Amino acid sequence: MAETHAHHFPDAGVQRHASLLGMWLFLSTEVLLFAGLFVAYGYYRFLFPGAFAEGSRAMHTWLGLANTVVLIASSFAVALAHHAAGAGRNRTTFWLLVAALAAGVFFLGVKAVEYVEHFRAGELPGKWFTHPGMKAPGISLFYAVYFLATGLHALHVVVGMSLLAWAAVPAWKRRYGPGNVGLVENAGLYWHLVDLVWIFLFPLLYLV
Amino acid sequence: MRPSETGTGSLQPDESVLTGAPSLHPSGEIFPAAHYLNAGTRLRSWLVTVDHKRIAVLYLVSTLTALFLGGLFAMAVRVELVGPEPNLVDAVGYNRLFTLHGVVMVFFFMIPAIPGIFGNFMLPLMLGAKDVAFPRLNLLSWYVYVVGAAFTLWAMLYGGADTGWTFYTPYSTITPTKVTPILLGIFVTGFSSILTGLNFIVTIHTLRGPGLTWMRLPLFAWALYGTSIIQLLATPVLGLVVLAAALGHIFAFDLFDPARGGDPVLFQHLFWFYSHPAVYIMVLPAFGVVSETVQAFGRKIIFGYRAVALATAGIAFVGFFVWGHHMFVSSQSTFDAGAFGVLTMLVGVFTAIKVFNWVGTLYKGAIVWRTPLLYVCGFLYFVVFGGMTGVAVATVSLDVHWHDTYFVVAHFHFIMVGATLMAFLAGLHYWFPKMFGRTYPEGWGMVAGALIILGFNATFVPQFLLGNMGMPRRYYTYAEQFRTLNVASTFGATLLLFGFLLVGLYLLLSLRGGKVAGPNPWGSKGFEWLTQSPPLEHNFRTQPTFHGPPHDYSTPVEENLHG
Repeated sequence: MAETHAHHFPDAGVQRHASLLGMWLFLSTEVLLFAGLFVAYGYYRFLFPGAFAEGSRAMHTWLGLANTVVLIASSFAVALAHHAAGAGRNRTTFWLLVAALAAGVFFLGVKAVEYVEHFRAGELPGKWFTHPGMKAPGISLFYAVYFLATGLHALHVVVGMSLLAWAAVPAWKRRYGPGNVGLVENAGLYWHLVDLVWIFLFPLLYLV
Repeated sequence: MRPSETGTGSLQPDESVLTGAPSLHPSGEIFPAAHYLNAGTRLRSWLVTVDHKRIAVLYLVSTLTALFLGGLFAMAVRVELVGPEPNLVDAVGYNRLFTLHGVVMVFFFMIPAIPGIFGNFMLPLMLGAKDVAFPRLNLLSWYVYVVGAAFTLWAMLYGGADTGWTFYTPYSTITPTKVTPILLGIFVTGFSSILTGLNFIVTIHTLRGPGLTWMRLPLFAWALYGTSIIQLLATPVLGLVVLAAALGHIFAFDLFDPARGGDPVLFQHLFWFYSHPAVYIMVLPAFGVVSETVQAFGRKIIFGYRAVALATAGIAFVGFFVWGHHMFVSSQSTFDAGAFGVLTMLVGVFTAIKVFNWVGTLYKGAIVWRTPLLYVCGFLYFVVFGGMTGVAVATVSLDVHWHDTYFVVAHFHFIMVGATLMAFLAGLHYWFPKMFGRTYPEGWGMVAGALIILGFNATFVPQFLLGNMGMPRRYYTYAEQFRTLNVASTFGATLLLFGFLLVGLYLLLSLRGGKVAGPNPWGSKGFEWLTQSPPLEHNFRTQPTFHGPPHDYSTPVEENLHG
């Protein structure tokens, strides 16, 4: 695809600037969305340190760690894909994006396994909490925060994967090239944010 | 775009340069042959349009529908309160009415109206651009708004909610009414708000015409910029909190449930972190409209441009740090309350700077007394009195007395509704010829304006008194001694209703029957008048370049330079 731009932009450079600025602004809204959650986390952790300690001890830390590693690797793949797209290596871009997508699938699969485990053990929010062993006050709030945070994050993983799949189409059609990487760049930015949120969620929920 | 020979009567040289008062009864003007309204007349050409001007018209229709609906709910509330006895509905019905009034007015009229209509229409024109940066995203934002409104409308038809527009937990998670679809509707509409804000910021950054530096930016654009920042940064937090509340309602897991150690005050913090800045989402665009009209009808460039522009940024910034003043009596510490109170007063300082500058602009201006300026005067009055009562309720000791009374209701109706509505109507009259190419009847405009300003006062001044006497808000009934003032308030609301119906009527009739306005019936030097009215499909025939600030009346008005 040659460098084209919509009629209301004076040139392609301005259009590229606009699309990047738009994406960064959108990412700022995502940060604020999760910031609200982190406030809730911090507040309840302050009120019920015992519950949060007990809850995070019961997490499947190894599964969470595996997911973290996979997600970071996928972000690396997306960064490489962006680089390759800029160099016009469309085949490489395509397979790197596929690899990142596979990592997303893996992440969601592991998350599903964890959720099933939580449901089996009765480690659930609100009145659904039935775990017989955990007695710390406020423990059901830990799970309310946990499910809200990881659920919202999983939703972002799904959206991010859709964007990556979308960005893979021009690569398949060999259309990326120098100065024409907008789609893979923006999808990549979103994917990095998804990754970054998880990098905060993992230690907060599993480790500390 | 059609070729220019199909152009306009306004290009004829018989139009003498306007230096004095604008010609209010234009004669000999010919309606432009090609313009955005006839660039496609099928329904489809509207529903898939990416033209910012058409999207503005879509917003105009949808937000005015919301205004009408919200107004009906308000009238029903006032009719119910005309006496302490049951008049119209039962207590639950009353709770639903004031909830729906608040929800519809706040989320579906006040927040989207001025940015959605005038922002969309005027911003690209003011910047000398062909469109906003992301035209398809712009259309999407309207559809998202409609989907959100549909959710809420569905919930209304099935009984609405009875929580008040603030949805305080834990009640909002246990009420049997239809809270969930309303919350989801608000969640969805939030995306519309975010998309609009994002679009405007990128547009202002990337699509300013040649020579249009930041310090030449029309003040309406500055106001939209400040508003957009708030929309971007605050709306996601509202999204999170209404999502949490809705999920709590669906799955009975309440993040804020005190029975399990949760804290309803956390909900209040997160809710007001958005909903207080939301007041500035409503009122900053209004300030922008006033900055434009005050220059056009004072026929003088703004007094203290930088101060007005920076005060906009100041309000947008400080607005994020004042949310605690909604929780003076919600277990907040005395220190916090004091800090939030003082920060709140800073908003008053920035607003006062603007008021001073607007009045300074009118001072010794060549004032053109037209309907928009009448609304600006109403606006100044509501901002000053609403603002002063705002400083009063920001004082903790006073607020403990007024909290949850009609004083607060009257205060925020003065500042965020009175001021915003006045500016909305000022803008609607000022830009009506720009948008539709015809003028409205000036005499009726004045009559309706007077009716609305009087009606608004008659509605809410009694409510200040009622609140100070101790009448709590949101109550279905009241003690006998409050009857007279309640009757007065309902009387005022009726005046207001008639005023609005009058405006609606003559504007509708003017759409077809109004006098052809010509490109610039006001002789305004705002940049949006550099093209014909109504504008071309792609705004300008030739790219405008900017050699000075807007509203510089020291040089003669040159008609329709780029239309």
